[in-house]
Amino acid sequence: MSFQEHEKLHIKQNIKRDLTKTELQVLAAEWSEHCSYKSSKKHLRMLPTTGPNVIVEKGYDSGVLDVGGGYVVTVHIESHNHPSAVEPFGGAATGVGGVIRDILSAGTRPIALFDGLRFGNIEDDVHARWLFKNAVAGIADYGNCLGIPTIGGEVEFDSCYKNYALVDVASVGFGKKSKLIKNHANIGDFVLLIGGSTGRDGVGGSQFASDALEGEDRSAVQIPDPFIEKLIIEAILEARDKKCINAMKDLGGGGLSCAISETAESLGIGIELDVENVHLRELDLSPDEIMISESQERMLVITSPKKFPKINQICKKFRIQCSMIGKVKKDKMMHVKKGKKTLALLPADFVARGPLIDRQKSIPKYLSNITSSPKKKIKKSPSNVLAQLLSSPNIASKHWVFRQYDHEVGIRTVVKPGFDSSVLRLDNGKSLSVKIDGNPKHCYLDPRHGAIGCFEEACRNVVCTGAKPIGMVDHLQFGNPEDPEIFWTFMESIEGITEYAKSMKIPCVGGKVSFYNETSDGPIKPTPLIGVLGLMEKSPLLPSPPIENDVIILLGETKDELGGSEYYEYVHNFIGGTVPKVDIPTSKKNMTSVLSLISKKLVKNVHDCSKGGLAVALSELCIFGNVGCNVNLKNVSDMSFEGSLFSESHSRYILVVKKKNIRSIKELLSKNKCSFSQIGIFSGDQIIFTSTTKPILKLRVDKAENLYLNSLERIIQNG
Amino acid sequence: MKVGVIVFPGSNCDRDMYHVLSDVFNLKAEFFWHEKSLPKNIDAVILPGGFSYGDRLRAGVIAANSPIISDVKKMAAHGIPILGVCNGFQILVESGLLPGVLLKNESLNFMCEWTNLIVKNNKTPFTNKLKLNQKIPIPIANGEGRYYVDKETLNQLKKNNQIVFSYENKVNGSVSQIAGVCNNDGNVVGMMPHPERAAEKEINQIDHKPSSLIFESLIETMGVKN
Repeated sequence: MSFQEHEKLHIKQNIKRDLTKTELQVLAAEWSEHCSYKSSKKHLRMLPTTGPNVIVEKGYDSGVLDVGGGYVVTVHIESHNHPSAVEPFGGAATGVGGVIRDILSAGTRPIALFDGLRFGNIEDDVHARWLFKNAVAGIADYGNCLGIPTIGGEVEFDSCYKNYALVDVASVGFGKKSKLIKNHANIGDFVLLIGGSTGRDGVGGSQFASDALEGEDRSAVQIPDPFIEKLIIEAILEARDKKCINAMKDLGGGGLSCAISETAESLGIGIELDVENVHLRELDLSPDEIMISESQERMLVITSPKKFPKINQICKKFRIQCSMIGKVKKDKMMHVKKGKKTLALLPADFVARGPLIDRQKSIPKYLSNITSSPKKKIKKSPSNVLAQLLSSPNIASKHWVFRQYDHEVGIRTVVKPGFDSSVLRLDNGKSLSVKIDGNPKHCYLDPRHGAIGCFEEACRNVVCTGAKPIGMVDHLQFGNPEDPEIFWTFMESIEGITEYAKSMKIPCVGGKVSFYNETSDGPIKPTPLIGVLGLMEKSPLLPSPPIENDVIILLGETKDELGGSEYYEYVHNFIGGTVPKVDIPTSKKNMTSVLSLISKKLVKNVHDCSKGGLAVALSELCIFGNVGCNVNLKNVSDMSFEGSLFSESHSRYILVVKKKNIRSIKELLSKNKCSFSQIGIFSGDQIIFTSTTKPILKLRVDKAENLYLNSLERIIQNG
Repeated sequence: MKVGVIVFPGSNCDRDMYHVLSDVFNLKAEFFWHEKSLPKNIDAVILPGGFSYGDRLRAGVIAANSPIISDVKKMAAHGIPILGVCNGFQILVESGLLPGVLLKNESLNFMCEWTNLIVKNNKTPFTNKLKLNQKIPIPIANGEGRYYVDKETLNQLKKNNQIVFSYENKVNGSVSQIAGVCNNDGNVVGMMPHPERAAEKEINQIDHKPSSLIFESLIETMGVKN
């Protein structure tokens, strides 16, 4: 625990006395990068946050979107990187727990989970495999036990995450608009701590997360207990129905210090609490440890004295503890006591609003050393290259992962994991499509266009199901922000995301920033992750498998943009080249066109074209339909076969169509001035690409299927 | 006609089951908290899936000692149709209402995937509208779903026609690929797969009719009885 000079000055100017030990602990937790966002907060304000569906209320930890018919959807995203790198099972599991409670705080029931996972190279790094397997097991153990389906996500491996892990979890909630908690408090209201007991686990967790990972501080990792979390969910929702809750907040990073100060600040009230009333797991916990413990499965609830017996009775039914730890005061102070003794007495807004920092930025030197293409030609045939790409852990099916997640519970999952985007049915008859996407390989070479690309990819995936994007969440993960070169990559990313969000009118309804993601070999690649929510009035386009003689239309232009592609990185072992760039007007018109094609029922299936390029996207469709394809690359682009097959250019969609609809589709696309081409048909049992008349790539579908479906599991079985 | 859906701490398929019973099949359904008793006017009881008591100690074993289980036992003895799904099945075997045990899957992992069931006994209250050997596309979602009995018991199950469903393929290492069994009288049925996740077209695009017949069988049974 240490304060920087400007923070010491800020304390001196505002509090004209020496701080107590407890006050120092409280401030150190709350002013950590993790809780205060001191490096990023100013810049996050550039993101557009309003829109026709967005509902804004005081003190919400999750974004709230009106989806019509009196219903709302809530969404939030968080990461649990440091803990997962040390103890992957517990770190990942508690990451799930934390984000779920943010959804619950708004008074909505969590209905889905998504996770974005990143590890080192699992093919030759046994530690990366251990991290991967245990993080997946931790997420499965927690989400399955709660009965919240994990319906989507992504997994990526890159040696920049060696000995490290990024575990991002997003959750979506659903509920009646009328039942949203409208956070408020009256003087004399009771402040309750509901749920698990407070222990030594997770003490100082947010400070641990606000520094580079050096030791393996396992005591800073929280211990998961999904059973208690499940009881909390049911108890809180019952208390919500009985109108027992005036205000609510999850206990996450910074523990009680953070929850108390932020609640008091956002509601403009004071809170006086007695640490002696906090129910403990270890009786010898010091008051300071109680204030900064990040023990999981705890909620802070403000209720009226009149409703207290009712909420107490509900907690008794579920056998979870409910402690009255304090009261609401008028004085806007955070007052921590132990019996009659005052341990901390600070203005709540002083605690909650830590001093912000202006960080320096400068263009990273590594960018000037990037070359445009690999020097050596490889001797592999295109067919072998495609086989290699389909087996790449970044591209191969993640069936081994999502099979371990209960993705059916809640009986809302209409489009299951494994397709472009999963879709949930909602009680108002509409459907919700959600996807998260990241691409550190692109972001490393071009943080701005890489970030826009992740955003567009998530949108494309949602659009493939027929849904219109209505909101986004972002999770920005970088190395040490004190390094101007890293801060530059952060600024580029957020500016790119802002530009795309504003142009597409997609509001940002939530997000997180995670800095200090450093490994023993240096910082991670910039890893912004974007989650997009799409809404459709009716049922989604159910992905139907292509059959013999279905026609393939490629919407969008394939450009010479192999930089950061899986082809360059995995096949050539080359980091460099020109990264795909989103052209916003094209992005818009292609998206609009796909949505009208789907609503006019002119397409059987729409598949996004991204990692691995056209060759991989078409192979995935062939595997799905167990049918071959015959594509003429002359109709794709004028580039060499490499570019046409493996470039990861954005704004592209593969349309699977019946012959009879070709004319209407072409008319619509021409009318919208879209660039498109009829590139081939599905037929036979081989994936065939021809250049002019000569086949240059031939791969049997059953062979492709075996590689695509089983490669990840084969790697895992190596122990 | 009323179906009781029992809710234990940690049950998580209770609301799904309730939705299917009431919104899809227009049955009167009511939740019963595990500490309550079951009223006499209940015509069928369902123990839904989930993680009762967080699967602590062993899946289903703590819930099998809940107060409400003594009422379930009484009803079972009176021939009232009782269905346990997934964790509900685990609770029924742990309470001794059904034979066998459910062990960790052969993969040692939680498994959520679609599979085909084969109907082996169509005389129970939950299968009387299905055909013998009819296929049911249905999802499983469990970590401890491997059914086990010793050889002697297995022979008895076969002799008494107590195997209700088997998996079409090897899924998790269950003895004789057993997915569901019934008691000697046939009124208590337990199954690992989730019929409530497969009985609506929207969420089961393969074929929702066979799973629907499980619920329609119950309607038929209760209708005949009344």
